Parts: sequence; C-alpha cells; structure tokens
Amino acid sequence: MSAAAPIHLAGERLMLDPAGAMFWPATSLLVVSDLHLEKGSSYARRGQLLPPWDTHATLDRLTVLLRRYHPRLVIALGDSFHDADGSTRLPGGELARIRAMTDAHRFIWIQGNHDPTPPNGVGGEWVESFATTTLTFRHQAVTGANAEISGHHHPKAAIPARGTSVSRPCFVTDARRIIMPAFGAYTGGMDVREPAIARLFPWGGRVFLLGKERLYSFTLGTLRA
Amino acid sequence: MCLPQAMAGTIPEQFTRWFAAQGWAPRRHQLAMLDAARAGESVLLIAPTGGGKTLAGFLPTLVSLAEAPRDGLHTLYISPLKALATDIARNLMRPVEDMQLPVSIETRTGDTPANRRARQREAPPNILLTTPESLAVLLSLPDAGSMFAGLSSVVMDEVHALAGTKRGDQLALCVARLMTLAPACRRVGLSATVAHPAAIRAYVGAERVVEEPDGTPPDLSMMLPDGELSWAGHMGLEAAPRVMERIRDAGMTIVFVNTRAQAELMFQALWRLNEPTLPIALHHGSLEVEQRRRVEAAMAAGKLRAVVATSSLDLGIDWGGVDQVIQVGAPKGVSRLLQRVGRANHRMDEASRAILVPANRFEVLECEAAMLGVEARELDGDPPRPGGLDVLAQHLLGLACSAPFRTDDVYAEVCRAAPYANLSRKDFDDVLMFVENGGYALAAYDRWRKLFRDSEGRVHVRSERIARQHRMNIGTIVEAPLVKVRLVGKKRFGPLLGEIEEYFVNLLRPGDTFMFAGRLLRFLRLHENVVECAEGGTGEPMVPAYEGGRLPLTTNLANRVRGLLQNPSSWALFPEGVQEWLKLQKARSRMPGRSDLLVETFPRGDRWYLVAYCFEGRNAHQTLGMLLTRRMERAGYAPLGFVATDYVLGIWSAEQPRDVAKLFDQDMLGDDLETWLAESSMLRRTFRNVAVIAGLIERHHPGAEKTRRQVTVNSDLIYDVLRRHQPDHILLRATRADAAGGLTDLSRIAGMLTRVKGRITHMVLSRVSPLAVPVLLEIGRESVRTQDDEEKLLAEAEAIIAEATGEKEPPPPHRGIPDRSGVKTIHRPNQTRRRTAQTTLFGT
Repeated sequence: MSAAAPIHLAGERLMLDPAGAMFWPATSLLVVSDLHLEKGSSYARRGQLLPPWDTHATLDRLTVLLRRYHPRLVIALGDSFHDADGSTRLPGGELARIRAMTDAHRFIWIQGNHDPTPPNGVGGEWVESFATTTLTFRHQAVTGANAEISGHHHPKAAIPARGTSVSRPCFVTDARRIIMPAFGAYTGGMDVREPAIARLFPWGGRVFLLGKERLYSFTLGTLRA
Repeated sequence: MCLPQAMAGTIPEQFTRWFAAQGWAPRRHQLAMLDAARAGESVLLIAPTGGGKTLAGFLPTLVSLAEAPRDGLHTLYISPLKALATDIARNLMRPVEDMQLPVSIETRTGDTPANRRARQREAPPNILLTTPESLAVLLSLPDAGSMFAGLSSVVMDEVHALAGTKRGDQLALCVARLMTLAPACRRVGLSATVAHPAAIRAYVGAERVVEEPDGTPPDLSMMLPDGELSWAGHMGLEAAPRVMERIRDAGMTIVFVNTRAQAELMFQALWRLNEPTLPIALHHGSLEVEQRRRVEAAMAAGKLRAVVATSSLDLGIDWGGVDQVIQVGAPKGVSRLLQRVGRANHRMDEASRAILVPANRFEVLECEAAMLGVEARELDGDPPRPGGLDVLAQHLLGLACSAPFRTDDVYAEVCRAAPYANLSRKDFDDVLMFVENGGYALAAYDRWRKLFRDSEGRVHVRSERIARQHRMNIGTIVEAPLVKVRLVGKKRFGPLLGEIEEYFVNLLRPGDTFMFAGRLLRFLRLHENVVECAEGGTGEPMVPAYEGGRLPLTTNLANRVRGLLQNPSSWALFPEGVQEWLKLQKARSRMPGRSDLLVETFPRGDRWYLVAYCFEGRNAHQTLGMLLTRRMERAGYAPLGFVATDYVLGIWSAEQPRDVAKLFDQDMLGDDLETWLAESSMLRRTFRNVAVIAGLIERHHPGAEKTRRQVTVNSDLIYDVLRRHQPDHILLRATRADAAGGLTDLSRIAGMLTRVKGRITHMVLSRVSPLAVPVLLEIGRESVRTQDDEEKLLAEAEAIIAEATGEKEPPPPHRGIPDRSGVKTIHRPNQTRRRTAQTTLFGT
C-alpha cells in the first residue's frame, strides 16, 4: 500500500497519492486529472496504430484508487478524453466500466481543452469548473487564482542525482495552488521549468515526484533554470 | 583470373590515355571489375583502403556509357554517408570532364532541394549517388517502377560498414526490390577487408569476388609514458605532451579517440600545449554538420596539422596527405584499428604509420594484442545477424505506397535479401499484419487500417495521406532525444554549435560550465528546447557524454589479451612495469586462463569484493552484473553494487560470496533474465528504436515539424501497456531479438557461461589482487541504474537536500553498512565526468 502525503491548501488537509491522484478526506473527494482516454484510438485515426489498451490501463489504475478511498465524489479535472469524439470510440467493455463508476459515485467531468464538449453516455455531471466553499477545481490554472486545483500541464520534473537525472511526473504546489500530474496511461509530461508552468509559481513552490510507493519532495527553486 | 596484359585490350583507348595522363595504370582489380561487368556478373570487390576501390566500382559504368551513350538511370551508387556521396560525385566528375564522356552525374540525399528531386524523378541522371534512406524514399514513390526499370547496376560502397546493421537491412530490402524492378541489374559491392567475406558476398549476392591483396603492412608502434603506467582511466590526457610532439614532427595527424567526451578533453589538452598555435581542429558526431564539413574541407586542402576525431572520421573519402594516425586509448578491435590506421597514407605501396597510446595498463595489453592481431591479419566482427523485423515493417509499407502487391510475391522478394533469407512466413505475415492494423489481439483498429486488400488479394495503401506520412518517417537511424546548443552573445542570436543529450541538460544549472565543440561554455538557460550559453566561465566544467558512445572490446581481441596473459613467455613484449604487475598477480593469485573463468573474492574495508575476469566487453559485463547481483541477493550475500569494464566485472557485497560456481550457473539466463529484461532501461531504449523504425511512433508528423527529432509519444508508456496486454506482440519480439545482440550482449554471456561450465577457478584471497586494482579504481567513477535504483536515487537526493537545507538532521553514521543510502553505484556507459583541474582555454 502506497503512502499518500498530506499537504495543506486554504486550510484544508489534502492527501497526495503516489499514483498521481489527490484525496480530500474531509469531503471524501478524489481528484484525478488528464485521463486522456482513447488517446490510442485518437492516434490510430491519424495513422499511428498505438496499442489499444490505454483506456483499459487507465481505468484499471482508477479502479484501484476508488477501492482504496471509497470516495463520495470523484472529479476528473478535464482532458478526460483525448479528443472531442473520444467517448464515442470507447470499446463496449470500457464504456460499461465507466458507467459503473459514475453510477457508484457522484462523478464530475470538468471541461478540458481536449474535450470541450460533454462526453457521450458516460454518466456523471459535466461542468466548466467546480468550487466548494474553500477550493476551486478547474482544468487549467488561472494566473492570480487562489486555492485552486488544476491539471492541463502534465508537470514532470528531472532531479539531478549522481551524475545522471531522474525524471518523473509530479504535483506542483505552493500556498495558492496545486497542479496535478496527468493520470492517463499514454500521457507524457512537461518540465516544470518550462515558462508555462514556472510562471504560475513566481514565489517558488514544491514538487512531489511520483514514486512506486511514495512521493519525493523537492523545492521548485532547486530545479529552476 | 586473367592477366592484366590480356585484359588491357578491353579498356577503351581514351581511358588508357586518361590513366596515363594521371600517371597511373589501371589496377588489376579495376580491370577485373570491367571483366565482371562484361560477363554480366554481380561482383564483390574486397580491397584495402586507398586501393582505388571507388574508381573500380564506377569504371565499368563509365566505359559502358562511353561506348553506348543513353538517357536514363544506368548506375545507382549507395553510400553510408551523405558527405561521401557528394565527394564521390565531385571526384567522378574529373574523368568525365577530362574525357568529355556523355555521362550525367547527380546526388540525391535528404539535403537535395525539392525542385531538383522532382526533376530527378522525371529525368534521372545516368549515375545517381544516394544513401539507403533516400533510396527507400524513391522506392516508395508511385513512379519507382519506371524510374528504375532500365537500371544496369547498383554499387554499394563501404558495404562492410552496412551489412549487419539496420541500415544494411534496409539497403538489402531495397536492392531486392530493385532486382524485381530491373531483373538485369548487376549488384556491385565495395568492401574493406573483412572477417566474414562469405557473409558479405551473400549480402551483395555476388557471383564473383575480386580480391585485392593488402598493401604494405602498417607500421605500428606504442607510445608509453616515461613514468609509471596509469592503473585506471580511459582518457589518456597525460599523454597530451607526447602526442603534441608527434604532431609537431609530422605534416598532418589524425588523433583518434574513443568517445566524444574524450575528444573534447584531448582537444583542449592539446591546445593548452599548443605554443606554436598549430592549426588543430576537432571533429565528432555531435558538432553541427557545417562545422564538420569545414574541418573536412580544411583537411582536404592541407590547411590543418591535426584533427582530434572520433569514429566520425572512420569512414569517408581519402583526405589525402595524412602522415600519421595516433590512437589514444584502447583500440577495441583489430578491424577498427586497421580502418583507422588506413586513414594515414592512403597509398597502397606505402606503409601507413600509426602510434597507439594506451591510457592505462590494461590498455597496454590490449594495444599489444591489437598489434599482434594486425600482424596476423586476424580481423574481427561477428557474422551478420538476421534482418530486423522493424525494418521489414517500414519496408513493406513503403512497397505498398509505391504500388499494390501480392503477399506471396513480396515474401519471395524479401527472402532474396540475404538478411531475410531465413525469414519464416509467420513472421512475415505478423509484420504485415502489424503494418496493416497494428497486429493487436484486440482487433480495435479495423476502421483505421493502413492497408487494404482488393478482391484479387492485392495489398494497397489505404490513402495517399498515409503514404505521405510514411515517406516523412523513412529511415532506420533513431537518435536519443537531443537538444541544440547555441552560443549567444549580447544580441541573443549566435551560431549553433551542435547537439547534446537531454539528460545532460537536466544536470545543468545557470552558471554551470561545460566543455563542448572545443569551447568552455557557461549555461545560461534552456529556451524553446535550445541550450543557450555564453563563452567562458568559472568552476569545474562538465563534459557531456552520449549513449552508445563506447564500443565494447571485440571477442577476438579479448581472446588475444587472454592468450597473452596466460603465456608468460610473451610478457617480454610489455614494458617493465606491466611485467612486474603480471608477475605479482601470478604470485598472489593466478592468471586468467584462455578457457576457464578466474573469479577472485577478497575482503577490503567492511566489504567483500568479487572480481570476475570474463573479458567479454562492457555491455556483456553490465548485463552479467545485473543478473549476478540478483542471485547474490537471493543467496544472502547482500550485494551493494557493481562496476563493469571491458575486461572484468567487480561486485561488492556486505557478506562473503561463497558458492561462486553456483552463481555462474547457466540457468542465470532463465527466469532472472526475463524479469530483469522486462524492467531494464536497455530494453526500453531498444523498444523505442524498434517502435520508431517500425512506424508505431512517428518522428515527423505533417504540420508538427517543430519537434523534428522528438518522437510524438512517450515510448516507455507504450511499452508498459503493450508488454502487459500482448507480451508476444511482433514488436516486443523484435525488441528482444535486438537486445540479445545489442546493448545487453546476451549472446556473449551465453557463450561464456557454456564455455566456462565446470571450469570456474575461485581464488579466495585475503586482500585485493594486483589485477583487480584497476577495476576497484573504477568504482565511483561511473554509475548506472535500473528502475529500482531510480527510486533510491530520488530518495537519496531528497534526503541530501533536506539535510543541507536544515529540514532534517543527518542520519547517525552506521558501522558495517558503508553505503547507507543503499544506492548502487552501477556502471553507466558514458557517464558525465567532472574534471578535477580548473581548465583555462585558449582565447578565453
């Protein structure tokens, strides 16, 4: 069983899970970001016949988390499907698995740039963004926002170690926001030093790199170029 | 074989006159090539460098066109190097212009402008010089049939360098295609002297072999330091003053080194000594192409006194006027050494002069063995492996892009290419299925299949869009993710210097200095995937290294080194220091034998060391290290890490390793191997290449030219999913086949384990043996990792930073567990090295 790490944002205690998800115990809320379901078939459509099991693999990992946390509410932070027609290409078995999830939990799909329209027949609710009294959940971070949980950037960080470097997907956090790593099986990453991410953390912050059983934490400053 | 006099009559008068005007006479092998052409036979010419091989290859074409001028493509010439094709074209123009022959000559490479390429398709020249990649593109075009129908001959240059590689597989498939399009076409192979002439002959499909005996044997010598020989290290920088002297005394020198990092360091070491400011240049594969071309041009023009070079100068045209070659560091193989030595004095009747400079005492043995190997002309090189299935996948799609085909016909055609002679119909069908719809057990992509079959069973490409996409991705060279390096001055835009690997960029912080392109550079920032840097800076500079930069010691040379060690009467060849070292080893332990395996174990500090004298090369030792540490873990010896050199494998552990023979049991290659391989970063790297070549992952996508060199999806993620859901997928099979011979060198390990079964000599010593000293000194210089080690590295980095920033107290010192983080220091090829001395540079 992997060890989730607690952090605090806007006075709320949130658990960062090494699987790349976040759990908010006080409200029994599980957040995952950038599932990019049906990325394989999206590429296949354009001539790159990637192995077709990416949705299956992503849902397997999500199922593990649902069993672990039994959340009351699940939020998918946007780009849940790799493209607008993604949900129509779901193989029957996978569609049924998603429906079972959205039946068993309150399930909120947040709109992303890859999936600007509501998915077809997958159940759950479709919203642009979602806010509780303390926290705001949206796909892409907004400059100057506060108490915000977002995804979109697929952050990853490379840690120099012993003359080499180890690169992993990561959470990026400061006192105002958390950017989630991408959860999908085929989702690559963007280095946190890239301006698109770095400019959201003008006063520094921390990264939590995903490990097999735990997270590894570093300050953003130690990475910054 | 005919006598030259008898054949002299067969060469047209104008050619005889031209040869005479050059002060030459046609060589025997050049005439033999003409003879083969007249007989309509395919032919392999084996001749040493400097033998006028290229002219021999073209002479029949020139003669034929002189006698019967015609339009259209007559001869296709294929070279492994773009630059070589261009240079040969230029050289060929000379006889054509001198004799005013009605022959048109053009090159076609990736650099050829689009309008000329279009014209070449409409009105091809008589002689077209190109590369395997450009040929593959031509063959994927709809007009390939008409373009090549009249082809008379195809000349494959430096065929020894292509056979057995993926580019060689591609060329063989293309030539098989050409033979279908133009059945009367002759195949002509030009090769250096090789260990397996029969295999090269089969590769070319030659009916006749013309062999030119080697010229004067090279004049080889070894240069040793005045003081004590180094125990370890591979850079050989302390030899710089003596290398400089030799440069000063000769007209033009090529200083060959083994890695790009070594080239950078040696170049700088020489410039620090370059009081008379002799023109000395640097040449290696990561420098900008224009920069390399400038150096080559300066060499050809005789404007340089020395070039420090890696294998980037191994092949290529005759630079002329090279007086000597200095090889710094281990030669690694006899063939490679001969190839390099051949760069000096490109004239057959004069001996090439070369000086070997060993960087440490093991390399003295290797240099001596290599010199004996050259003397005995014992070439190395493994027989070519079977053709890659990934290359076949690329080729099959290319064929479909050109014209619809019947599978039976194409299977027969593919089997005519030597690397695929034993291809099973099942593998062929699986590869075709992969191209068609991905070949997944889950038939998910029927809608998006790339190929379709018509009612007569012919295979077509689904759309012109897929064909266009394919042509953008042709080629079998897959590069590691690279980042361009730009020198920026006050006004932001400076020249591009070359490329370094992504991993190295991750190690740089602003202000860090590194050596590249012969300069000391200061890292400023990474901007849009370009490393921006300024000249100069302070602090210890780092040197970027590159994957695959080091070749392992060849089996053949390793055997010779073993033979020398085993036979004390040969020790007289060695300098005194080396002799004493070996005598001491013999007294303290014993010498490794020719057919046994010596394993020493001894305690030192609070660890136990196991040193195995396998002599199988670094790649094999690295794999062996991974496998042995797993077994030692299970046996309770608590291994802590290992280091691999070309000669030996050293493992250290907390407990004494006892049953050594059992550790080396052959069953090591069973389950342990499978588990390790599956997780191994080498297999991931191999899969990436296979996936790109096979077309699963595209390098170029229309409209996405920004990230030219970067693949569009993360291959590791694809690998994980595919391995889990369809472990017998054709691409995973291709990956395992590649890895067995490549990075993991499993074939060598398997051979060794069989050979030494029941012949393991375990010496239990009370302290380190003399022969083991070098490998112990290597510990800590290099490190590599497995997936598990990544986690440990992260944990260690996190803990160190937390301590340094005062967030955590350092852990109390442990006794008996020397490496408290548990991070294995494991060998990594091409490790970044920090220089110990402050470096000052010329002109900065």
